[in-house]
Amino acid sequence: MKRKISLTLNGKAVADEVEPRLLLIHYLREVASLTGPHIGCETSTCGACTVLLDGRAVKSCAMFTVQADGRQVLTIEGLAPNGKLDPLQEAFWNEHGLQCGFCTPGMILTARQLLNDNPSPTEEEIRKGLEGNLCRCTGYQHIINAVKAAAAKQGA
Amino acid sequence: MIPQNFEYSAPATLQEALQLISGGECKVMAGGMSLIPLMKLRLAAPEHVVDLGRVPGLNSISESGGVVCIGATATHHDIESSPVIRGRVPLLAEAASHIGDVQVRNRGTLGGSIAHADPAADYPASLLALEAKVRLVSANSDRTVEAADFFLDPFTTAVESGEIVLEVLVPIEEPREGYRYEKVPHPASGFAVVGVAARIKKAGGKTTLARIGVTGTGPRAFRALAAEKLLESGADVATAAAAVAEGQETNADLYASAEYRRHLTRVWAARALTLALSRAS
Amino acid sequence: MATITSKPETLVGKRIRRREDPRLITGTATYLDDLKLPGMHHACVVRSPHAAARIKNINVKPALELPGVVAVFTGADVKEVGPVPCAAGLPGLRVPHHHILAQDRVYLVGHPVAVVVATDRYIAADAADLVEVDYQELPAVADPEKALAPGAPAVHPQWPDNVAFTFHQEGGDTAKAFQDAEVVVKQRITSQRLIPTAMETRGVVADWKAGEKSMTLWSSTQVPHLLRTLLAGMLGMPENRLRVITPEVGGAFGSKLNVYAEEALMAFISMRIGKPVKWVESRRENFLCTIHGRGHVDYFELAAMRDGTILGMKLKLIQDLGAFLQLLTPAIPTLSVLMMPGLYKFKNISADIVGAFTNCTPTDAYRGAGRPEATHGIERMVDILAAELKMDPAQIRLKNFVDNDAFPFVTATGLAYDSGNYALPLNTALAEVDYASLRREQQQARQQGKLMGVGISAYGEICAIGPSPATPAGGWESATVKIEPSGKVTVLTGTSPHGQGEETTFAQITADELGVDIDDVLVIHGDTSIVQYGIGTFGSRNTAIGGTALYYALQELKTKIKKFGAVLLDVDEVTLVGGVCVDEKSGRSVSFNQVAAAAYRALKLPPNTEPGLVATHFWEPPNFTFPFGAHIVVTDVDRETGQVSVRRYVAVDDCGKIINPLIVAGQVHGGVAQGLGQALWEQAVYADNGQLLSGELTDYALPRAHMMPWIESSHTITPSPVNPLGVKGVGEAGTIGCSPAVVNSVVDALSPLGVRHIDMPLTPEKIWKLIQEGRA
Repeated sequence: MKRKISLTLNGKAVADEVEPRLLLIHYLREVASLTGPHIGCETSTCGACTVLLDGRAVKSCAMFTVQADGRQVLTIEGLAPNGKLDPLQEAFWNEHGLQCGFCTPGMILTARQLLNDNPSPTEEEIRKGLEGNLCRCTGYQHIINAVKAAAAKQGA
Repeated sequence: MIPQNFEYSAPATLQEALQLISGGECKVMAGGMSLIPLMKLRLAAPEHVVDLGRVPGLNSISESGGVVCIGATATHHDIESSPVIRGRVPLLAEAASHIGDVQVRNRGTLGGSIAHADPAADYPASLLALEAKVRLVSANSDRTVEAADFFLDPFTTAVESGEIVLEVLVPIEEPREGYRYEKVPHPASGFAVVGVAARIKKAGGKTTLARIGVTGTGPRAFRALAAEKLLESGADVATAAAAVAEGQETNADLYASAEYRRHLTRVWAARALTLALSRAS
Repeated sequence: MATITSKPETLVGKRIRRREDPRLITGTATYLDDLKLPGMHHACVVRSPHAAARIKNINVKPALELPGVVAVFTGADVKEVGPVPCAAGLPGLRVPHHHILAQDRVYLVGHPVAVVVATDRYIAADAADLVEVDYQELPAVADPEKALAPGAPAVHPQWPDNVAFTFHQEGGDTAKAFQDAEVVVKQRITSQRLIPTAMETRGVVADWKAGEKSMTLWSSTQVPHLLRTLLAGMLGMPENRLRVITPEVGGAFGSKLNVYAEEALMAFISMRIGKPVKWVESRRENFLCTIHGRGHVDYFELAAMRDGTILGMKLKLIQDLGAFLQLLTPAIPTLSVLMMPGLYKFKNISADIVGAFTNCTPTDAYRGAGRPEATHGIERMVDILAAELKMDPAQIRLKNFVDNDAFPFVTATGLAYDSGNYALPLNTALAEVDYASLRREQQQARQQGKLMGVGISAYGEICAIGPSPATPAGGWESATVKIEPSGKVTVLTGTSPHGQGEETTFAQITADELGVDIDDVLVIHGDTSIVQYGIGTFGSRNTAIGGTALYYALQELKTKIKKFGAVLLDVDEVTLVGGVCVDEKSGRSVSFNQVAAAAYRALKLPPNTEPGLVATHFWEPPNFTFPFGAHIVVTDVDRETGQVSVRRYVAVDDCGKIINPLIVAGQVHGGVAQGLGQALWEQAVYADNGQLLSGELTDYALPRAHMMPWIESSHTITPSPVNPLGVKGVGEAGTIGCSPAVVNSVVDALSPLGVRHIDMPLTPEKIWKLIQEGRA
């Protein structure tokens, strides 16, 4: 039986009826047409589906949409309202923190939480903070540079 | 990968939740970090999921009478960052910070983790070392079991049909106590190949109390009682650590054979104990 | 007329942020699974849980009865489609017929048996569970050496010895080299099976338009044109009515350099149901059904003189092929043999390859494709020889390197190395780490009982693959440059980049050559209806071959621009400076945009010149390119646990000229991460019955951020004479250089315990056991 849900998605109130088994990632991608978050595994290992739930990074492939009822969800599409890039987006671009780009939306949102919690993380803290996000292209080094650069810019 | 369909309930009160599950035939979900991946792989296909995520107050963390009381739906992040837990039972905060990754810690809960009882989960080692208790309630019962009696077998606990984990009760650590949680994370899953939680109290340069909980090594987490006794009777760390896996069944997998796991348990027990000793005053 | 003659800053060689990134960092790029077409259906494939079994019966009825299910197909329906092609040819090669759905037998876990089509992906998944397949299990074999042993279960019953091919290559006089040798070292060295694990799994959308008798097929592939040609053949449809589009591709690393059963299957389904259909691989399917890499067992012998001079090599190479031959499966080990001499000048080699069928996922090209295996082998063997002779591993390499004046150098395997200065990156890296003091530190550490290692690899690789005679499907590349009437420039490249950054580097080259603003250049790829035929992206070929095709197309256009400029200025000759045509005598000039407009307005055409400004160039390279470099790795091994930690990673790579240092650094880092993954963590593990035990990301350990060391990367620059850009390629260098440096480092750390070789991955338990044995 479908259930009614309402949530705040990238700052806008939305309401829908969904099957309880509908994973949040599928709701975002198929129903809400927000294809920024990606699916890279089914074991909640890769982090490509990461979104912010009430400001904290979560893997949207390991949540049912009904669990997000009444909550705030932010996807990568909501990070740059009015086209103004978040310092992290800008830094990933400047520092070549991405190659194929598949992991990037999740990586940026996890980094967003990291910088919210800890505005000037060390390299070790960045590495630890991103341990839930796999990247197969970059070897992570430019991602770390990007997070450092964004931290520096935010702090400035 | 896609879960099978199920009926979903999100009770708004504890009473409602307990009524719903009193019939048995349902699966209780808290954060869903263990259950949802299993459902996606169709290794679990419950017909009815009861989500405790909306029961108010079930995630509270408080202290009274020398005991820290942690609600079942407190997340790992709540626990690693809670001032009460960091101040009063820092061993548990340290253990929580080792679980999974940031995203998992934001969703996963203490109650969900211990009820799932993965033999490689992080909490059990600390809960055993802290001599914590688990409070289980059903529509018509309310009982408290020792952590040592809670973890029975892989994915099997003392929770009976109709019961849920309500809260975990942890006696506070004395400020002068030394503590440490050390873990060998599996490089792919992040679960504990071996995890050792150690608590040490000293008086007059002697170890007066030693508590050692071990996870990952065997089919269920255990207290290393022989090693504790050795320390309390004046043995050095090396001697105690050598006895840490004594008499225990040992797991084996692609990453670590039983022999190597036993060895790792001894090494990391020694390292955890050394650090705990150095922190004790 | 304008008189601006200032030349804009050149962009080639500059650190320029990528032009593909804005869509990627905002989540607005379109990957395969982001496609939504009206009326699109979803397919879910039913796969074998057994590695070998006879299919006794398939009951699709319960699946068909589920509301929302529109069709279920089995092997009988698609008997005439295909087979899945193998493009690599070797003498006597046994190619099993590779149907797109199993017929009466399955050969590996994950073998597709049936496909369910439904209106929704959730229903398709439910229905797939309802397909009842009755199997009779058969014995399986999952290890190549066991497969070759007498009495092993036959993967394909018609070939009971499980041998797909044998291949022999000989150069020089190996028998004499071994006769003359004062010392011979031997070692069995494996390069374990790896799972490429692009973060985006494969996926296909097929859309058949019956009225137009045409198909559009989106696939997450590295080779859209090759896929079109081969798929048209599989489907029996005219190639010009099949359009292949490559959307944004989320990584590939060779695993999407292929033609897969599901591509033909989705096309077949769309034709049968008359609707678009989508299939996206799960990660579990990706681990089982997308090609694996490596899978070597190599028996090496190296002959040398006591002074360290290497005389020759003997090699027996057993390649684990898996159950079927995918596009290039049997070709990969032949690439290994070609690269076996590494950077060394010895001229005698004798190599035998045996390709063995196993009931496992087919192996094929994975980052480096044959070359990491070769480099790992030769670089391990050189260290083993150095240990035997008690020589320093750096010195023995310097002694045997091809001399700087010997280029082009023809190797024992018949390659002609284009250019090199092999001692330079090694000496640079040695200086970077302060090698002498590292060795002193190591001595002190050993006295304290600590296990510290220093490992060197000096690698070479074959890039810019490659000249057409050396490839199964053509090794050239194409480019079209269109200067539009407004002066905007469109580049169509036959390569199919998916993270390598050619939308940026090709725009840099174009902007420099034409003298236009880089923002006026757009690089398009990955659509067979828009882009002229191309080969695709693999083998570090994009810039060296695709970039060169672009370069020559630009030269043609520059000539034509100047002709139009001369006509506009009414002179015989002009120069093209900064996009402006200048009459040097009068100083008068005409702007780029004016020339572009005039070329299309065509009021006045230069003699023998057509209107328009479009040029297409197909460039056939005369040779491969041969990048090289040296990596040095310092490790510490925990004596108690066997855990390896990488203290320093220094990479000095020479990939010829560099178009964009930011992108090159990214390629090196990513390559090293995959090399380190192989060295320390990654391994596809099969049970004897053919079950993949490391079948999910929770078992198969990819490097994560906290597992990676900081990579100190720098470059020496030895231009390639093979192409006018002087570039060589860098996509695979990090991977190729990495694993032997890591293993050499750890073996060096353990050498006081008598350890002389360890096979990858260097798991803590493996090392701990060696330490225990060393103590005994």
